[in-house]
Amino acid sequence: MNIRAMAAAFAATVTLPFSAAHATDLEVTHWWTSGGEAAAVGELAKAFNATGNKWVDGAIAGSGSTARPIMISRITGGDPMGATQFNHGRQAEELVQEGLMRDLTAVAEKGKWKDVIKPASLLDSCTIDGKIYCAPINIHSWQWLWLSNEAFKKAGVDVPKNWNDLVAAAPALKKAGIQPLALGGQAWQANGLFDTLTISLGGKELYETVYVKKDAETAGGPEMAKIFAAAAQARDMAKGSNVQDWNQATNMVLTGKAGGQIMGDWAQGEFQIAGKKAGTDYTCLPGLGLNEYLTTGGDAFYFPLLKDEEKSKAQDILAAAIVDPKTQVAFNLKKGSLPIRSDVDLAAANDCMKKGLEILGKGNIIKSVDQLVSADTQKQKEDLMSEFFANASITPEAAQKRFADIIGSAD
Amino acid sequence: MAAHAPTGRPNQLFRNLNAKIASIPMMLVALVIFLGGTLWTVFYSFTNSRLLPRLNFVGLDQYERLWASSRWIISIQNLAIYGILSLIFSLVIGFMLAALMDQKIRFENAFRTIFLYPFALSFIVTGLVWQWVLNPEFGIQSVIRSLGWTSFAFDPLYDPDIVIYGILIAALWQGTGLVMCLMLAGLRGIDEDIWKAARVDGIPMWKTYLLIIIPMMRPVFITTLVIIASGIVKVYDLVVAQTSGGPGNASEVPAKYVYDYMFQAQNLGQGFAASTMMLLTVAIIVVPWAYLEFGGRKRG
Repeated sequence: MNIRAMAAAFAATVTLPFSAAHATDLEVTHWWTSGGEAAAVGELAKAFNATGNKWVDGAIAGSGSTARPIMISRITGGDPMGATQFNHGRQAEELVQEGLMRDLTAVAEKGKWKDVIKPASLLDSCTIDGKIYCAPINIHSWQWLWLSNEAFKKAGVDVPKNWNDLVAAAPALKKAGIQPLALGGQAWQANGLFDTLTISLGGKELYETVYVKKDAETAGGPEMAKIFAAAAQARDMAKGSNVQDWNQATNMVLTGKAGGQIMGDWAQGEFQIAGKKAGTDYTCLPGLGLNEYLTTGGDAFYFPLLKDEEKSKAQDILAAAIVDPKTQVAFNLKKGSLPIRSDVDLAAANDCMKKGLEILGKGNIIKSVDQLVSADTQKQKEDLMSEFFANASITPEAAQKRFADIIGSAD
Repeated sequence: MAAHAPTGRPNQLFRNLNAKIASIPMMLVALVIFLGGTLWTVFYSFTNSRLLPRLNFVGLDQYERLWASSRWIISIQNLAIYGILSLIFSLVIGFMLAALMDQKIRFENAFRTIFLYPFALSFIVTGLVWQWVLNPEFGIQSVIRSLGWTSFAFDPLYDPDIVIYGILIAALWQGTGLVMCLMLAGLRGIDEDIWKAARVDGIPMWKTYLLIIIPMMRPVFITTLVIIASGIVKVYDLVVAQTSGGPGNASEVPAKYVYDYMFQAQNLGQGFAASTMMLLTVAIIVVPWAYLEFGGRKRG
């Protein structure tokens, strides 16, 4: 644990000379390390430092699947941090059940979270046995298609209005030497792309039958077969991406090397930082331009139970600061995600975020797969999808059969 | 004669007492951490523990699921290919290099340093280096294409069918230097007179190596074998750094399955079942060998 020792030493040397009498250091771990993400975390740290406490940044690089094991082993191993990011959903479920997390109900009541947090399903995901254990910070939805206007101009076709247009434009893009679809090699990206196809092409009902009711028959049925056929198309279009991280794939769209990418709204932050303008430089299509439903997964902060009184107080302050309207605006504008409350002013939001807010306002929302199935089931799906997307010799039918098995045993 | 020793034979337990006390910590570590940890893992592999260990027995369910998982099957196949080839190649290449070094060449020290140098790097660094070398846009492929051979294609890390060989190349690059050094030490331990006798008898050099020197180097080969084999079973970091298991599942290995299921999927039971299978595989190979190697000697 050299890194931790170094971080502690670093924190000590930096904070000691400057800290005020009652300032408490709180180490916050998260996996926000890309350009847009780091800028957003900066806003959060600023808000917390303004309360007279000290944010000690514990960023863990390499996406959530690298960071979560580190966080969990620190909490279960008796070396908890002050606060930590998880996706709200079931990732921290067992930690809460074991009593390792701090109950935030008092803070939530004081801040009237029940009234201000919209949609209510966000807070439901934080609630276990009637008590609130996490502070949701943003809403992230997966169902976005990002398109490079420049790439389509070069290929001499109109910018697609939906997924089907992009599929139709793929040959023209390929001819112009442009990658039709950018897809990073990490398993979660293939998995997210597939779930997005399920909602956006198949609709809400199909999605809920598969992931809420976990109906294996539907998962193996003809409706789902269409999704697998579309996934096979996506596989052909993404062939040759040869990048790993999602922001490398986004960068291909940004620079016009790729036509489009299916990625969550966090990709927005990358366009923002590069100074690109929605509508002229790039186009965003929520729900892939077909079924405009968004899933309301996202990030939340959990607060491990600590023995130190002072730190516990600082935890409450941070929890309150996260839900605070001002932080919500500052953070989400940088991050490209949607705020968790509808009573904030997002005049500065760009076109894409406004589209997202509108869909939220209409109530076209569904719970994300993270909220519906366990991490174990997600991992099995990831294994299947990453294998399917990397290996063109697996037929959609064979993949669907395995998918139905996973859904059949899902929990 | 027994009457001369009133206290009987000295108690075996108290002979060399100091040495025994000194080795207690080591014995405790071996018993509690290695043996205890192993038993604990095997025990909990029969439960449905998720994020935290729980005593809820489900029989062989975890094992059934494990062997039904295509990712696990791919992992095992990869380990077999990687294991067999890396064993053969590192022994052959290592021995050849050592034999060449042994020809009283000039600058032997310099060569030895160069060949051993990669071993000073961790697998993570090795993996990253070779990820770049084998990257079609920056590495070997682009260099050769820029020399004019534009149809040249060599991108093992992006081809599911041959990705494991890309990993093998990196592993050999890193590991053969050590094998060479061990072999060289073995060669230097062979008496000069043997060579002289062979030369007098007019036995060609390759035959001397094959029929006289190698059989004499048996202990060195066994040491080397153990070192290589243990490296094979635990291969993990190289894969993570080079391909992170990709493309798709094509370069997955068992150790990575264990880690991913224990910590990413939050399914300890499944991870324990996989690690128990790994232990079993090692036991199947090691136990008969150890029996032949050590059991036989006692009788003889």
